[in-house]
Amino acid sequence: MSTVNETASLLVQLKTGTVPWATVYAVTAAVVVGTLLIGAVGFAGSEVLHNAAHDVRHGLSFPCH
Amino acid sequence: MKIFNRIFLVALLAGVIAGVFLAGIQHFTVVPIILEAETYETGGHDHGGHDHQGEEAWAPGDGVERTFYTAMNSIIVGIGFGLLLTACYALRRSITWRSGMLWGLAGFAAFHLAPALGLPPELPGDVAADLGVRQIWWVLTVIATATGLWIIAFRPVSYQKLFGAALIVLPHLFGAPQPEVHGGLAPEDLRSAFIFTSLITNAVFWVALGMLSAYFFNRTGEPA
Repeated sequence: MSTVNETASLLVQLKTGTVPWATVYAVTAAVVVGTLLIGAVGFAGSEVLHNAAHDVRHGLSFPCH
Repeated sequence: MKIFNRIFLVALLAGVIAGVFLAGIQHFTVVPIILEAETYETGGHDHGGHDHQGEEAWAPGDGVERTFYTAMNSIIVGIGFGLLLTACYALRRSITWRSGMLWGLAGFAAFHLAPALGLPPELPGDVAADLGVRQIWWVLTVIATATGLWIIAFRPVSYQKLFGAALIVLPHLFGAPQPEVHGGLAPEDLRSAFIFTSLITNAVFWVALGMLSAYFFNRTGEPA
């Protein structure tokens, strides 16, 4: 979810050469996979996934119904 | 350890432990309130009060099966949040357990506190605006709050910090999608108890996740 701030910060640090590319790849992959996992639990439209994650969606105060 | 392996290993370890911890507290805090709220729904066993047409989709049976799926989803979401946190750590120079706690609180503020100001945590049977619109507002609010907090924390210039604060306030000035009439099937005191309980539960989870991921991040790091 925080892709925007990381991208902005990275661009600055890449220009000054303080962040190696390996970190850029790793951070990008982590943000993408993390967002997918949160999306699957909190937002997936499938009725089956919704039913399985129902209590967690309510507990985490994600919009559910 | 390569930074890629380090991020994913740390997120996995911290996410699984914090996810199990979350499932444990949820079982005694928010889940009983959700189950009680469902008794006020006309559908009875139908979890969401959706209008099902024809066959009903699979749902875990009440009891052990439902608890199992709730725990699994808590762990998955724990790993997901852990990946986002650890990605942030990888961009910073040093992380201590204390800064890990602050990172956790920031995660709580971005993912739960800020959205809850516009969209109070819902119980089954609550009246709410269209789901798709609420989800869009939720996602935009999370991004704006996280970005705003990052700017306030790490940008040295005060007018930039002011911009960060504006980003945090903006979604609330715009306003969350609201139903025409507020209310729900569950009694008012149960619904307010749920708002309070779920926020506390999530705050405890995030502090645990922040400190655990900071601990593992330091344990797996190269000696300075």
